[in-house]
Amino acid sequence: MRPNVKQLFLRALALFMLSPLAFAAQAEAEGSSWLKGLNMTQGVTEVSRQIYDLHMLIFWVCVVIGVIVFAVMFYSMIVHRKSKGYKAANFHESTSVEIAWTVVPALILIVMAIPATSALINLYDTSEAELDIKVTGYQWKWQYEYLGEDVQFMSEIATPEAEIYNQEDKGEFYLAQVNNPLVIPVDTKVRFLITAKDVIHSWWMTDFGVKKDAIPGFINETWAKVEKTGVYRGYCTELCGQGHAFMPIVVNVVEKDEYAQWIADKKQAAAAMRELASKEFTMDELMERGEAVYNQSCASCHQANGEGIPGVFPAMKGGAITTGPVEGHLDIVVNGKGGTAMQAFGAQLSEVDLAAVITYERNAWGNNLGDVVQPVDVLTFKQGQ
Amino acid sequence: MTMSSIRKTYIKSIGGAIVMFAFAIFVMPPLYDLFCEVTGIGGKTSGRYEADIAGVDESRTVRVQFVATNNAEMDWDFKPTVFEVKVHPGQPTPVTFYAKNTTDRDMVAQAIPNVVPNNAAQYFHKTECFCFNQQPLTAGEEAELPLVFIVDKDLPRTVNTITLSYTLFDVTDRFAGKVVQLN
Amino acid sequence: MAHGPSKGIGRWLFTTNHKDIGTMYLWFSFAMFLLGGFFAMVIRAELFQPGMQIIRPEFFNQMTTMHGLVMVFGAIMPAFVGLANWMIPLQIGAPDMALPRMNNLSFWILPFAFAILASTLFMEGGAPNFGWTFYAPLSTTYAPPSVNYFIFGVHIMGASSIMGSINIVATVLNMRAPGMTLMKMPLFVWTWLITAFLLIAVMPVLAGAVTMMLMDINFGTSFFDAAGGGDPVLFQHVFWFFGHPEVYIIILPAFGVISAIIPTFSRKPLFGYSSMVYATAAIAFLSFIVWAHHMFTVGMPLTGELYFMYATMLIAVPTGVKVFNWISTMFQGAMTFETPMLFSIAFVILFTIGGFTGLMLSIAPSDIQYHDTYFVVAHFHYVMVAGAVFSGTAAVYYWLPKWCGKMYNETMGKLQFWIAFIAFNITFFPQHFLGLAGMPRRYADYSLQFADWNMVSSIGAFVYGAAQLLFLYNVIHTIVAGKPVSEPKTWEGAEGLEWTVATPAPYHTFSTPPEVK
Repeated sequence: MRPNVKQLFLRALALFMLSPLAFAAQAEAEGSSWLKGLNMTQGVTEVSRQIYDLHMLIFWVCVVIGVIVFAVMFYSMIVHRKSKGYKAANFHESTSVEIAWTVVPALILIVMAIPATSALINLYDTSEAELDIKVTGYQWKWQYEYLGEDVQFMSEIATPEAEIYNQEDKGEFYLAQVNNPLVIPVDTKVRFLITAKDVIHSWWMTDFGVKKDAIPGFINETWAKVEKTGVYRGYCTELCGQGHAFMPIVVNVVEKDEYAQWIADKKQAAAAMRELASKEFTMDELMERGEAVYNQSCASCHQANGEGIPGVFPAMKGGAITTGPVEGHLDIVVNGKGGTAMQAFGAQLSEVDLAAVITYERNAWGNNLGDVVQPVDVLTFKQGQ
Repeated sequence: MTMSSIRKTYIKSIGGAIVMFAFAIFVMPPLYDLFCEVTGIGGKTSGRYEADIAGVDESRTVRVQFVATNNAEMDWDFKPTVFEVKVHPGQPTPVTFYAKNTTDRDMVAQAIPNVVPNNAAQYFHKTECFCFNQQPLTAGEEAELPLVFIVDKDLPRTVNTITLSYTLFDVTDRFAGKVVQLN
Repeated sequence: MAHGPSKGIGRWLFTTNHKDIGTMYLWFSFAMFLLGGFFAMVIRAELFQPGMQIIRPEFFNQMTTMHGLVMVFGAIMPAFVGLANWMIPLQIGAPDMALPRMNNLSFWILPFAFAILASTLFMEGGAPNFGWTFYAPLSTTYAPPSVNYFIFGVHIMGASSIMGSINIVATVLNMRAPGMTLMKMPLFVWTWLITAFLLIAVMPVLAGAVTMMLMDINFGTSFFDAAGGGDPVLFQHVFWFFGHPEVYIIILPAFGVISAIIPTFSRKPLFGYSSMVYATAAIAFLSFIVWAHHMFTVGMPLTGELYFMYATMLIAVPTGVKVFNWISTMFQGAMTFETPMLFSIAFVILFTIGGFTGLMLSIAPSDIQYHDTYFVVAHFHYVMVAGAVFSGTAAVYYWLPKWCGKMYNETMGKLQFWIAFIAFNITFFPQHFLGLAGMPRRYADYSLQFADWNMVSSIGAFVYGAAQLLFLYNVIHTIVAGKPVSEPKTWEGAEGLEWTVATPAPYHTFSTPPEVK
């Protein structure tokens, strides 16, 4: 029989339709990874694996049904053509066939519903978690609170605007990096209590098989028990305004002892913060203390009259930094300036002293900015670095 | 076909459309609220609990956790005094929430409660709750807000931890001048 | 009694003729299709590469919202209403629709509504930016000022749909030619009858949802605001109670078109006519009781999720029945592959693929990973574009000769088909991968692992857009310079009353009802 172009083409089309099988097989063999681009991840929890297995089961059932159905159709398109001289038959109904292809698919569905049901039941079981974490969606960042531990922090995207607006090259974890990731211990059932501050968001960690909407005024719960340490990344999955694509989730899953250390450090920092936050000094108190600190630690270079030594030590009086934004002033006092004689006083002076001296520098010698820097501001700055 | 048969179809259809519109606005919301109240789905708790619970089930301990969230621009300090208590079903338990208006203007707040797991909500009774009223606080004022709750003895045995969440909303504009009892 | 159409713009403004009104609906829907398509081009241009190159995220959200609203309410629905207007009277042997003046009103409020909606792009705060599903409180407390115009526009579009549907029900139930029992009607009429009932039932619910929104935004109520004792999730329930039947409203008439075209080009009657009717009715009924499968991650209790999962899976049964019946119609027919048939076959294949991903989505635990990702976007574009749009395109090529007495150029038609078919798949097939790999939807920008498939998808989209311009060219060229045809029965295998009237169809047809045996 002479090769027919249309026939060959239709065979190629059939192959094209079947090619997803090849992709799927390869992707399945390779398991999960941050950079794989074709199939769902198997993830690192029992739940995520159950979901993956269910997904593949339904997928293959659909593929098999699709191949059979399309094969019949393509066969018909090739053979039952007027151009081949085929004469149309006249049948147009059959009750038994209709019953058959109603009942058989229904049975297939019932079979599929069984593993689906058991996976869902498992997903809902939040009993006896070892750790409770409250997740609050904000426009456009996440807040995490370790309940009962009094540790909480904001987790905001750390990708620079310059990368987003194409002024700098994009880093490997573009739009998937945050300043303060969530840290949880491995092999521990963690319960997540999810809510929102403003509009509806959704917390999705694909590697954990966890997605739950964050609804303002309401609390939702879900859970994960992660079996493998590592850094996992997720995204907000409910349209929440202009920053919807810019509030990723990063979770560090660490060994239990590392977690214990991390949470202890965090609690200590929180306690220190609380202590200092309760201390509010008056302008007079800060100026008096600040002058003493200045004369002790700064005057030898910047001079008691604040005029410095031109070309060597910058003036405090009317200086660009001392009368500029507080952030820059905090930065240079706490971190110093590399390549110059200006040291990092952040490690040398207490928060109270640092607050006092900065307040003093911003108000003495006629600078008179009126700014008051409290110890808690210094600690906030330090902890935000 | 006659004009009158067409008109009948038209009237019935318009009638149907109006009925569905009224259904959406006047029936769906109350039906939804009723459904949530009866089943506890959505974690909504009911109003003030007035019935009597005889006795305490000492054989069972339930953990009750408290979390607090500030809505939108609501800036108050708002947190539970304790994060968690362990109670016996049937035992009335008092706890407090700390609130402070840290702004420089007088405000009125509304706390909205919500409970997980869903099947626990209808077994979580509040005999006294600051969420029943709006909470006015003047600038800088702070308060200890009371809650007295009872966990019903019929709480399903599969539930051992209940989490009660309050979200604090700024309702100053809505209620300035008058404080209304919600329930 | 009958004379030809009046002259000038007055003809179009005041016409009560179902053919004129059908024509206006079709041209309007195509203009909206190009507008919605333009918004899609902006979206895909921005998503061509990671980073914000062309627009800002705030505007991106307006584009995705407007694309959805314009396509669903301005393009797809009016297109099928246009087909209904043209073809239902012809197919049942009626002289016109039951309520011709209301028919005119139904159409003319549409350009008005869409002018209002489009004008929001130029308002302070921009166009609606909360997705075509406009969940509260993003669409209430946090909405831009244009939201009130959006609500007004939705009310008007809804009124148009309701009036159009009432007309269809009244026409089909009261004006069939003697001898045309319900079970002798072409399937296109059946699918539209059922769709019209769905529309009358659920469009008012959408009106209710936007009215409650309006009250929350402007009159201090708290339907969807937790602060006042309301619930954002109530919005989702009300919206999807409309929203799920809505997607069947979109697809059922498309099923009807396919059920007309495949028998014609197979030269064989539709297989299983009564089953097709029952399956359509079953789908319509089931569509009312599955809405919360759009809400699997909202925090529903286990029993609720299980129920909605089972009910949704069930829809696969009647839908499968329809696909099997179409294939059985083709089987042992004597097929030819003119353009309408190509689009119809592509419909059967691609809609079925969309149906399979729909089945995957119905599995609630798996939906945890699919929900609000590009997997969903791929699914609904397969069923709505390769489904409804391909069916509408097939319908135009199929009935265009009857409408204007000219035959389109078959080579150009086939060319347009192949470009559209290939470009469609290049655009949307990779979106399955994007969703599975973890890319959420409604994202203005994305992490680097999603870059390759996004670029492929965007290229496909630009070509697909071009294919629509080719379609426009084909249609206009046919009307202006196509080969004249005058056979009442344009297609050898065509059956139905529309193929007994002259070609092009006279302005007034069936002034005397035909005999139907």
